Amino acid sequence: MPQALEHSGTSWKGQQLKHKPSLIDRLDPRLRILAAAGFASVVVLSHSFIPLISGLLLALSMAVLAKLALKRTLRRVIAMDMFMIFLIIMLPFTTPVPAGEQPMLQLAGLSASWAGLLHALQITLKGNAVILIMLSLVGTMTATTLGHAMASLRVPAKLVHLLLFTVRYMDVIGQEYKRMRRAMQARAFVMGTNRHTWRAIGYLVGMLLIHSLERSERILAAMKCRGFNGRFYLLDNWQLQRLDYQCGLGWLLILTLLTGANWL
Amino acid sequence: MSVLLQTRGLTYRYPRREPVLDKVDFALHKGDRLALTGANGAGKTTLFHLLVGLKKAKAGEIIAFGQTRRQEADFVEVRARAGFLFQDPDDQLFCPTVLEDVAFGPLNLGKSQSEAIAIAQQTLAELGMAGFDDRITYQLSGGEKRMITLACVLAMSPDVLLLDEPTNALDSQARQRLIETLQGLPQAMIIISHDDDFLAQLANRRLHLESGKLTDPDATPAPEALHG
Ligand SMILES: Nc1ncnc2c1ncn2[C@@H]1O[C@H](COP(=O)(O)OP(=O)(O)O)[C@@H](O)[C@H]1O
Ligand SMILES: [Mg+2]
Repeated sequence: MPQALEHSGTSWKGQQLKHKPSLIDRLDPRLRILAAAGFASVVVLSHSFIPLISGLLLALSMAVLAKLALKRTLRRVIAMDMFMIFLIIMLPFTTPVPAGEQPMLQLAGLSASWAGLLHALQITLKGNAVILIMLSLVGTMTATTLGHAMASLRVPAKLVHLLLFTVRYMDVIGQEYKRMRRAMQARAFVMGTNRHTWRAIGYLVGMLLIHSLERSERILAAMKCRGFNGRFYLLDNWQLQRLDYQCGLGWLLILTLLTGANWL
Repeated sequence: MSVLLQTRGLTYRYPRREPVLDKVDFALHKGDRLALTGANGAGKTTLFHLLVGLKKAKAGEIIAFGQTRRQEADFVEVRARAGFLFQDPDDQLFCPTVLEDVAFGPLNLGKSQSEAIAIAQQTLAELGMAGFDDRITYQLSGGEKRMITLACVLAMSPDVLLLDEPTNALDSQARQRLIETLQGLPQAMIIISHDDDFLAQLANRRLHLESGKLTDPDATPAPEALHG
């Protein structure tokens, strides 16, 4: 399996795995993807507050179990919650007040409904629960492992290759961008809001595209030189262990309970 | 069969330009370590691409391993037997992990997964790169990348090596290691390089590419009277 340290250099530093090893890391990556997907579907389809709140609590405990780095996790969750705040503000006003009910509040001729607020709260709970589970189960594996796991879950090969090649060449293209940017700075280029800047940025982006295209041609040539005939081989022999079966069954039970909680 | 690669009247031009290769004749024999020199943009890389069929010649013929090669299908075998080391290792290391990259060639040659892994590990060990199996390809240093690309090429057990500026961006230690490794290899090779000292330690023949013509700088006049 690939090393845990994923992205070197500066451009992808933010993607390095930073958590301490935990129980979650010992589970099969495929199981983790399936578990996260199952949880997401159950939570997204839930319509009452009991399963949603228990789902969020469960997600929080998984995050603790996965020993997620606190600062980074908060940053990511908050980024998503920024959108949620707008939702909480907007939805009550856009959901019509049901006939015969009192509006929650009236503001400049617009009336806010309780139904809208509850709906917005549900979406917020769902969003947070799903993102926390994703961060703890899927976000704790490297992008390369994720690609391998997707391949062995029979995700279409083209998608997997797209992911793996993106991971592989992100950094290379990032370095190219930096090199060109430095070359511009070395000739006293300063960003401004004028035609000169726009044109220079246009050239920069255009050159970056051309360089990437040329590189992709060279990579294809290199692949052909080594006998590429349309198949891309990934080497791994993951086997489900006892721990995987135990955790998988436990998770299935929890998901069933969560689903059942909708009818409490 | 002592002639491995041979060209007759090989010509290539990019659109709207003077020909970069103009009726080039040359031959690579068993045991040759041919240094190919020439200014930047002289067409050295283009010649390599033609030899393994990545570009199509405008005129002339390429005889590789005893057969004239014309179609894409003819070149599939040539590519397996002529290991091409690209100028930029990043172009060549496209798999996520080192082991996958080195095993990619053998797998394409029809080896089973366990055979391919065994070949890959053995090749890595022979180059002193054992233990790099699980490393992520783009986190290697320049020298390590170069050695891994060499392993990728050698894992296909080629008869000929085409090395395109292999010492580019290597520090002196990595360069020395590469020289020692290459000296120990039995394959015939063509080495493109601007590094005279490197060539002096490796090459036993020299050709110079200029204005589309290949000439032997060591020989007196008649450049056509090379080998063959
Ligand atoms: N894709 C291309 N389109 C047009 N011209 C090219 C292309 N690739 C290379 N050339 C030109 O062909 C010439 C030979 O290139 P190359 O074989 O890469 O030179 P060398 O490897 O000897 O430095 C150069 O002048 C280069 O500008
Ligand atoms: Mg070149």
